Amino acid sequence: MEIVYVYTKKRADFGRQCNFSDRPAELHVDIAPDSSLAENFIERNPVDSSLQCVQEMSEHEVNTERFETDTRGINHTEGGWPKDVNPQEIEQVMRFRKKVEKDEMYVNTIMQLSSVMENCIRQNNAIDIYEEYFSDIDVEISDEPPSAKTINVYRDPNELKRTATHISWFPDGPRKLAIAYCNLDFQGSSPDTSMESYIWDIENPNKPEMTLKPVSPLVCLEYNPKDSHVLIGGQYNGQVAYWDRRKGSQPIELTPIEHSHRDPVYKTIWLQSKTGTECFSASTDGQVLWWDIRKMGEPTEKLYLDPTKKQDITKAQGAMALEYEPTIPTKFMVGTEQGSILSCNRKAKTPAEKIVAQYPAHYGPVYALQRNPFFPKNFLSIGDWTARIWSEDIRESSIMWTKYHMSYLTDGCWSPVRPAVFFTTKRDGTLDIWDIIFKQNDPTLSLQVSDEPLHSIRVQDGGRLIATGSHKGTTTLLELSDGLCMQSKSEKNLVTMMFDRETRREKILESRHREMKLKERTRSSQDKDEEHEPVAEEPEEDLVGKAETEFFQIIEAEKKKREKAAEQAEEMEQNEKGDQRKASPIAEEDEGQEKQEVEQPEKKD
Amino acid sequence: MSGDLDETIKKLYGHKGVKGIIITNNQGITVRSHFPDESAEVIQNYAAQFTTLASKAKEVIRGIDPTNQLTFIRVRSKKHEIMIAPGEDFIMITIQQPQGK
Repeated sequence: MEIVYVYTKKRADFGRQCNFSDRPAELHVDIAPDSSLAENFIERNPVDSSLQCVQEMSEHEVNTERFETDTRGINHTEGGWPKDVNPQEIEQVMRFRKKVEKDEMYVNTIMQLSSVMENCIRQNNAIDIYEEYFSDIDVEISDEPPSAKTINVYRDPNELKRTATHISWFPDGPRKLAIAYCNLDFQGSSPDTSMESYIWDIENPNKPEMTLKPVSPLVCLEYNPKDSHVLIGGQYNGQVAYWDRRKGSQPIELTPIEHSHRDPVYKTIWLQSKTGTECFSASTDGQVLWWDIRKMGEPTEKLYLDPTKKQDITKAQGAMALEYEPTIPTKFMVGTEQGSILSCNRKAKTPAEKIVAQYPAHYGPVYALQRNPFFPKNFLSIGDWTARIWSEDIRESSIMWTKYHMSYLTDGCWSPVRPAVFFTTKRDGTLDIWDIIFKQNDPTLSLQVSDEPLHSIRVQDGGRLIATGSHKGTTTLLELSDGLCMQSKSEKNLVTMMFDRETRREKILESRHREMKLKERTRSSQDKDEEHEPVAEEPEEDLVGKAETEFFQIIEAEKKKREKAAEQAEEMEQNEKGDQRKASPIAEEDEGQEKQEVEQPEKKD
Repeated sequence: MSGDLDETIKKLYGHKGVKGIIITNNQGITVRSHFPDESAEVIQNYAAQFTTLASKAKEVIRGIDPTNQLTFIRVRSKKHEIMIAPGEDFIMITIQQPQGK
């Protein structure tokens, strides 16, 4: 190693004070102005510069933190004894009591109080002032206009809000709500978005009562109507999970990914079975799977929603809504993404027969399906901009429908207590309450529940409380006025009559339609026989070409007509003959031409 | 004297629908109670809750009009009616289930 450099400093120099000395000014750098550099720049004249003389202000926001409240009660057990008496010792207590009773003042007071008391007791016995009069006469449904009142609002406690996609009421009374939260936008959820769903106690909107922690956000959640501790949820990743409330927030069991759905599970419903452990789920991957929660390893049954009846999964339509009525255990209905409703029978022998019928329902996905609880043959379907009521027997079209609204309808359900009432929610945040015996064209009551789209709605079994879930995860609990939850005597009859009437109308229309089709077919087949010419199916391009030439012909004819009319008008002006007789033959000629033209396109149709 | 007292109380209890009678002092100690249908804790609870109610009601009446005085309290609940007769140092509570005509 060679020494490159040696640094030396005398030891005596360490720690020595600094000695400063004066040095004269030295010029280190002198840069003279170089005027040639100025050519790189352009003078800007004038220069606009803005100035503002304004008070400087700043904005601050303060919000107090949520105050957590808790309610408690006090129970008085024992107390008030004077110091010398020990309440546990019966003897002392007795002695004290006897002492008090011997007191003269005590006796006097009590005698006096007794007389007063006796008076009141006698009064009570004479007339019961709290008696309910006319209790056996039916309560008249008041004529006050229907209304609904918001009772509580439950917000998603997380920072990143998700849509409240599904609501399920606690089966034993309106005490709790299970709400599934999920961001349904495709790849719309950031990795920080919480996957939890909550169970809320109705009384406490500040904090959810219980959290459910699935592996992937829940799209739907249902209480088991037989066992209120068990809930089943369909996840965004296609798995189905079930929870037991007593056992904590984690799911008890999950279906394995290989056998689950390939798309989010949009609906799961519990089945009516002896064990109360069976359920089925539907998803947009076109499958409907049946599960037994005791054995979630594999679905017990599988069905592909293939309307061509070949059980071909590539042709299957995705399912968005499921309908199941516990009183009709073998049949169920599926609403598809393509807008049709498939009515299915679980107990059919071959898979092809499982899909019994198909109803062409909506122009967009069918978001909700429900049978009327009083008339199971009629069901409600919600999709695109309308809500439609169907009769099972009429397959061509619905028997009643609402007008086309300005925004999409997202969910709906029947009222469990009034056969004529149903509820719908829309993308613009309104909740519509329809009463078909009161008004068919418009909702009886339309409420703007929130500014963001409403996504889900559920009516509690008592028919008085409704919960609606919005896009930002805010669930609103509303209470309906009496008129909307009490059935009047004639209501059932009126609804029956209405449904019958509409069904008959549709049947008549259907049969007439069929007749017309049949006539046309026979007519065209007759024409075929006469001409003995095979009517070749013209390829589409030719038809388009034909249509184009026809179109231009009509335009040309119209143009010529107009030119003629213009010429004739000019002639009339020149002759100054304001002759009405000339005008009428022209008008008649026009009409005749128009009629011919109208007939031609019809024939070619 | 006490014999009369006993008789009076028995007479009260004998009326139709009367479920029980409790006599307490202002501290909430039951001096005498005749309420066979309920346990001792419940009776104690009754005594305690209603003494506080009675004293509060007294204050309320006096507070609104100092010349006025509380004479009687009747509390009607779904199941029965509770009548409280407040005295200077003692309170009499009667629980009755009225059976009107």
